[in-house]
Amino acid sequence: MNTVCVVGASLAGLLTARALRGQGYTGRLVLVGEERHRPYDRPPLSKDFLRGAVGEADLALEGEGEELDAEWRLGVAATGLDAVARRVTLSDATSIRADGIVIATGASARTLRDSRGLAGVHTLRTLDDARALRRELGEGRRLVVIGGGFIGAEVAATACELGLEVTLVESGPAPLAGVLGAPMAEAIATLHERRGVRLVRGAYVTELTGAGRVDGVRLADGAHLPADVVVVGIGAIPNISWLEGSGLELGDGVLCDEGGGTRVPGVVAVGDCAAWFDLAQGGHHRIEHWTGARQRAAVAAATLLSGGTARPEPARPPYFWSDQFDIKIQFIGHAGHADSVTVEEGDLAGHSFLAVYRQGERPVAVLGVNQVRLFTRWRRHLETAPVQAG
Amino acid sequence: MIPACPLASLPRGEALRLEADPPIAVFHTEEGEILAIDDTCTHQDASLADGWLEGCEIECPLHASRFDLRTGRVDAPPAKRPVRTHQVVIEDDVIYVVPSEEEPNLPPGVTLKGQA
Repeated sequence: MNTVCVVGASLAGLLTARALRGQGYTGRLVLVGEERHRPYDRPPLSKDFLRGAVGEADLALEGEGEELDAEWRLGVAATGLDAVARRVTLSDATSIRADGIVIATGASARTLRDSRGLAGVHTLRTLDDARALRRELGEGRRLVVIGGGFIGAEVAATACELGLEVTLVESGPAPLAGVLGAPMAEAIATLHERRGVRLVRGAYVTELTGAGRVDGVRLADGAHLPADVVVVGIGAIPNISWLEGSGLELGDGVLCDEGGGTRVPGVVAVGDCAAWFDLAQGGHHRIEHWTGARQRAAVAAATLLSGGTARPEPARPPYFWSDQFDIKIQFIGHAGHADSVTVEEGDLAGHSFLAVYRQGERPVAVLGVNQVRLFTRWRRHLETAPVQAG
Repeated sequence: MIPACPLASLPRGEALRLEADPPIAVFHTEEGEILAIDDTCTHQDASLADGWLEGCEIECPLHASRFDLRTGRVDAPPAKRPVRTHQVVIEDDVIYVVPSEEEPNLPPGVTLKGQA
């Protein structure tokens, strides 16, 4: 293999490039990134960076003096893939021919169908998004956050700490209910309400109001929430439209085997854009968590370098963290597989507890809230005894 | 030289946090080595003694950065600066730490108590 092209220069792309070098690949290595920035860490964009506690230099993912011996093509998007010729075409009308291709183009923030280009309406995915939003989060302003997922809940918490008047609109029973299950999500919801976030639950947004600049959010029941700033946090969609017609199998992401291999030899996919086959879950799943991208980068590199013969270890259960206010939320496993959940340490009202989700007797997920040490022990338990098919 | 604890009270696979400035973490690996590094992750304020010890590597309990206990080197992001390593001395079945004289790599927002 003489040339490997990594398309996507964020966490998954950078770590796969590192893993290729770490696994002995010495050929030409090209990294293509649509953003003009060097690889940076996204999780702080909704937390410490948005709050102003860390700066842009702190976000850099590359170490000082790190030398990947790679060619960087930043500020250039991939526009097409000829999988048979293994040629990636780029937005500057050039193309790259490679023996191995790593697809790591990530995902983009979903937007409301009709926000009419109103000023003051934000999504948060990139450094540029975070810079723009940060400029708008002035003390005393009214912020409406649409969507109670990770981005929504974290932005609401950060903005509340910055002194804004925050309303969080959530279609489900509580923020994060989808991943934590309703009972545990309720504890997080209470935390938000106690710190001053106004929660509007079970609500659907029908319209953003305003002329030129947003001035509010209209809900399906007719209520109108006045707003100076709106953040839309309603999920992410994989960046795969450039692969249409390439011969790769596309679904909710690039469909891959359990090692990141696509149906085309010499092409692997990793990170938020990739839906790997998961034996335990049965089917293809995208994992949007940071740790998922990290764990899978080394696997994808091995798949590429071995021509698909390397057998990956069984997938570990997904693990994520979220920092909201002074609360460290950590979660591993699948809440949806559980038929019971019990608090085994601390109590919900005290905002320091650990809850274990079980299917019958078997733990299938664990939630830690300000229980860092104990959570790590449980995570170890779940990761070293992987969740079985079920 | 700071006394940490009797050797017998730090079993293999366990870690101990010493309240130095900055705090120091002492690990007893499954392979039987005793190693000491700064306890505070260089990425964000977290105690590495609470982390996941695997071989000669510690994973930060918060954001999963990994450090090599022997060299302090970063093995996995988001951290990008190494942690300081400290010399360990065992005398009469007691663990002692000789603190490094290098500058610590503390995360943003964390300062030495002596300078706070």
